[in-house]
Amino acid sequence: MLFTIFAALTVAGAVAAISLRNLVHSVLSLILAFAGLAAVYLLLGAQFIGFAQILVYVGAVAILIVFTILLTRNDGTFGHSSQASWNLGALIVIAVFGTLAWAIHSSTALHHAPPPQPEATMQQIGTALMVRFALPLEVIGLLLTAALIGAATIALHEKQERP
Amino acid sequence: MTPLSSCLLLSSLLFSVGFAGVLMRRNAILILIGIELMLNAANLNFIAFWRYGSAPEALTGVMFVIFSIGVAAAEAAVGLALIISIYRHRKTTQIDRMNSMRG
Repeated sequence: MLFTIFAALTVAGAVAAISLRNLVHSVLSLILAFAGLAAVYLLLGAQFIGFAQILVYVGAVAILIVFTILLTRNDGTFGHSSQASWNLGALIVIAVFGTLAWAIHSSTALHHAPPPQPEATMQQIGTALMVRFALPLEVIGLLLTAALIGAATIALHEKQERP
Repeated sequence: MTPLSSCLLLSSLLFSVGFAGVLMRRNAILILIGIELMLNAANLNFIAFWRYGSAPEALTGVMFVIFSIGVAAAEAAVGLALIISIYRHRKTTQIDRMNSMRG
């Protein structure tokens, strides 16, 4: 029951984020979708992922998008694409969703009884990160550093060379 | 409907909504939002299969989602920086006006 409520919240937020005309409103609905998804993670027993979702997506990514919207003041034209390409896009999306839903519906691998709630304590996650996944952790640290430097360099004001 | 298939259905709905945003909107920021939604759908699949699959004590699904969140954060930062940079040059965030390389 709780799962249904949070799932409906997530999908409603996502649909509003995609379809609203005002960009700030769509970011606010995106935050709603991310928070609903974090609640779904908590229901599934992945506490760490749920809180990481709130910290990273609701905290960081949403604020980043809001700053981008403020820095790129809109030029007033909210371009929906032309009618023909809109129809084609809708057709492709419906086909993709139909295929996915049909595959999920017809799969026989999903009909096991649900296993008992697995344990994912902070201690286990920390041990796994420090022992088994130590190298990927280093690589992701390197990637984040490179992305930080790259984003700052790209967004920095360039010096005007022409007079 | 089993819990696993309802999770997968939610994730495919989320993916389709994000995909619709990428295909049907013409604003670069909204396209980035659609990409984030699709990444979140993939993360939900990992968590669902970790919860209801076999051998959850290996924590593989949780670990994959942790790294995937890190990569998604890096992607969002670089993508938004690119949007700001493009806006500074072309004064627009509509992608069909960024056509100076058109033949």
